[in-house]
Amino acid sequence: MAVEPVTLTSVKAAPNHGRMLRERLATILPQLVLAPSLFATLIYVFVFCGWTIWISLSNSSLLPDYSISGFHHYVELWSNRRWTIAYTNLFLFTSLYVIGATAIGLLLAILIDQRVRAEALWRTIYLYPLAVSFVVTGTVWRWLLSPSTGVERVVHQLGWASFKFDWLVQREMAIYTVVITGIWQASGFVMALFLAGLRSIDPDLVKAAQIDGASMPRIYRRIILPAIGPIFISVLVVLLQFAIKTFDLVIALTGGGPGIATTVPAIYVYDLMFQRGQMAEGAAAAIMILLALSLVLVPYTIWKNWRERREAARG
Amino acid sequence: MASLTIRNLNKTFGSVAVLKGIDLEVETGEFVVLVGPSGCGKSTLLAMIAGLESVSAGEIRIGERIVNGVAPKDRDIAMVFQSYALYPTMTVRANITFGMESRGVPKQAQAEALARVAALLQIQGLLDRKPSQLSGGQRQRVAMGRALVRDPALFLFDEPLSNLDAKLRVEMRTEIKKLYQRLGQTTIYVTHDQVEAMTLASRIAVMHQGRLQQFAEPRTVYDRPANMFVAGFIGSPPMNFLPAQISASGPAVLVLEESEGQGTRLPLPDDVAQSAGDGRRVLLGIRPENLTRYDHRWADEKPCLGTIKAPVEIVEPTGAETMAVVRIGSREVIARYEPDAAPAIGETVTLAVDMAKACLFDPATEMLI
Amino acid sequence: MAEAAGYDPLGAAGTWRHQRAKLVVYTLLCLFALYYVLPLGVVILNSFRDLPDINRNGLIGLPHSFSLNYWSLAWDKFCVGGTCAGIEPFFFNSVSMVVPATIISTAVGAVNGYVLAKWRFTGSEVLFGLMTLGVFMPGQMVLLPWARVLGWLGLTNTTSGLVLIHCVQGLSFTTLFCRNYYVNIPDDLIKAARIDGAGFWRIFRKIVLPLSPPILIVTVIWQFTNIWNEFLFAVIFSSGTHQPITAALIALSAGGTSVHQYNVESAAVLIAALPPLLVYVFGGRYFLRGLTQGALK
Repeated sequence: MAVEPVTLTSVKAAPNHGRMLRERLATILPQLVLAPSLFATLIYVFVFCGWTIWISLSNSSLLPDYSISGFHHYVELWSNRRWTIAYTNLFLFTSLYVIGATAIGLLLAILIDQRVRAEALWRTIYLYPLAVSFVVTGTVWRWLLSPSTGVERVVHQLGWASFKFDWLVQREMAIYTVVITGIWQASGFVMALFLAGLRSIDPDLVKAAQIDGASMPRIYRRIILPAIGPIFISVLVVLLQFAIKTFDLVIALTGGGPGIATTVPAIYVYDLMFQRGQMAEGAAAAIMILLALSLVLVPYTIWKNWRERREAARG
Repeated sequence: MASLTIRNLNKTFGSVAVLKGIDLEVETGEFVVLVGPSGCGKSTLLAMIAGLESVSAGEIRIGERIVNGVAPKDRDIAMVFQSYALYPTMTVRANITFGMESRGVPKQAQAEALARVAALLQIQGLLDRKPSQLSGGQRQRVAMGRALVRDPALFLFDEPLSNLDAKLRVEMRTEIKKLYQRLGQTTIYVTHDQVEAMTLASRIAVMHQGRLQQFAEPRTVYDRPANMFVAGFIGSPPMNFLPAQISASGPAVLVLEESEGQGTRLPLPDDVAQSAGDGRRVLLGIRPENLTRYDHRWADEKPCLGTIKAPVEIVEPTGAETMAVVRIGSREVIARYEPDAAPAIGETVTLAVDMAKACLFDPATEMLI
Repeated sequence: MAEAAGYDPLGAAGTWRHQRAKLVVYTLLCLFALYYVLPLGVVILNSFRDLPDINRNGLIGLPHSFSLNYWSLAWDKFCVGGTCAGIEPFFFNSVSMVVPATIISTAVGAVNGYVLAKWRFTGSEVLFGLMTLGVFMPGQMVLLPWARVLGWLGLTNTTSGLVLIHCVQGLSFTTLFCRNYYVNIPDDLIKAARIDGAGFWRIFRKIVLPLSPPILIVTVIWQFTNIWNEFLFAVIFSSGTHQPITAALIALSAGGTSVHQYNVESAAVLIAALPPLLVYVFGGRYFLRGLTQGALK
């Protein structure tokens, strides 16, 4: 079966320098290949991050000025009324958005899990908003929610002349239109996550509970939902991330208005940096966004690693 | 074909020593089986021979050449993996010729080698299929074909049969043995199955906790296990162990420490007693087949026959033979019976102990005396 | 699960109760479907209605008029900003940004993932961890540095600049996706190929790449929809005729014009939404997979 003399001869040949170099190159080839992207990513993550932090501590205003001025931009930021509105809005929006999207997503997942017909169709309908840009979403919802063109007008035409639905233009209520649109956009995704979880449950578990005489609602409450507990945490983390980064949606829906009623931190950063020429304060606000994200992601990562290690320990 | 020499080989992962000072000399044309429980380091050793794991310390030679730093492709080896590792996107044909293609073997030579191997393994009809369209046994054949198509210095097998069901495993085992007898290639074969080790090997290397426990022919490993680990690992059901003491005043005997009444006395060959020493405490190792129903006719045939009385607790028929679990002192001991002579549960039986086949172990070092 | 829930195999519940439960389920599903479909339906209908019809009957309503004209107006005649070339140029700005950015980031990500999954070296896991940090970076943190870097490279207000940004930002995702997929390719395959004499690139080309279509589709879809829909970088790093379609759309619909041409705007909105929607409809399964991995890491 000697078919293959090639390697044998090449191995036995006395090593020359060209060959040695090639072999050395071959052993570090993976690292070499990785290096450029690694370099780019590390610059992107660490250098850019450090850069922004520096700007936040500097005297930059309209133009960058890298002399350090300390933390006074942070102080300014926190004493600014617009910032107060922005983070209050963020808290309000985030809480309602997370609760609403989770509740609707879970409900939809449970409904679809009842062996409904045309499951794929329902799923496609509920999930499509996520494929479309927030700009598109926001624009369309603005028309629907606007009192002169949207829902209010339809109800008026139906004959209920005193009906009012003008949240979009009410300072107090506009933020809730952002919530409605946000939930519309994300709950399909939450549904998909929960549905995947529900499908991963061992059917024997449910059969056993049925034999024990438990009703379906009881089985969901006591057995199925606890079993997909970790998915709740995942959903929470995903939604919090979406919420903190929310920018396009508000721009397209309300433009941050009426007035500044629906400003959120991401919009405020953009405003400070590129509209008002207050670079340092904008950078400080951007860092606040990063901190908020870390508050969500760092504990999540620790929790995930802990869980993985515990599972590994159990074998 | 080539020999394989391993000297004082060590492997550490971080602070964990996986292999500790392995020495192994495999002669040209030998079929060596590395056997041991999972985690004993046998697969790591094989991967190091293949060049897939680096060497922490020591030396590996294939033939005369030290291969420590040589890339796998330049070691002139072929390997069959436990998972078969068939390239899922390629046909059987491409799987087998991929190695030759990578090395730039001319098409004509590739085709000839392929045809020879396909005929040898009777897989001519499968050449255009994808691995996912093959049964377990067929995949196994293709994996072997991929190795056999070359004429390497060394064949490496990493638990090649463990993914097959029991029946197919026995069939393929025979097939591998036939192939080896026909080709006579130097082969290193890793398994955790001691039956595979016994049937295939020209020599068995038993490993445990990163050390080589014994390296010898199958018969020797079975009859004269180097230590209690080997004794317990090779053979099923495993060897029984009973604490005892040597008494050489008068005819040499072994006094069992845990038995009914006075302490059972078993005759001992004089040379064994002498080399071990009078009064020494030992562990008697006796295989189930050497512990069976007493038959008067044996008195003449077997010079070193002892007897033990013991109550039967469990009877396990397996078809060809029946195992009886009896109680001697605090220990459960397995004895082997012919199916038609099997005892009943609760019965107290007289067992014949063939002391010529007995092994004595030092209780402290667990080594064979 | 699907079998167990919904119907009761033990027959403890009566048929009547069972029917009623079905009714409730489908009613709820339909109501929610209405909530989800309404915006899309409205904008589709309005893109064919004439303005008097819309003004008389409102945006939400069945059409009393029909014309395909507004699509063509939106495509190449409608005035956005100062120019009246419709959204066609912006659409093609997006295309010439999305296509290279998607291809480059996916290709590089695949090779990165291959190295990190199958050619591990000391510290490679740590490097992988660092690279995935890019996934979480909020865009706001990198706006000022990018503005500066684009200036140095002479790429301010160019499509190439946006391509660069999306490549670097996308690398974290594509590397993450591919690495996590390649980890599940058995190591034995790579070992067997190494023994067979194949090197780094040959193993990638012959073994890994043929196994990759599922993850490459996921990655391409993810990158495509994300870059197409991206707004923050688009609006900050481009202006005028260089804007991608998302940025142009905001300019169009928030434009100071006194009268809204809802029909043309609807058509424009749909044109902007169409590429990702098509991708979603035809690659929904892969879209969801990418979304799950991307959002959860």
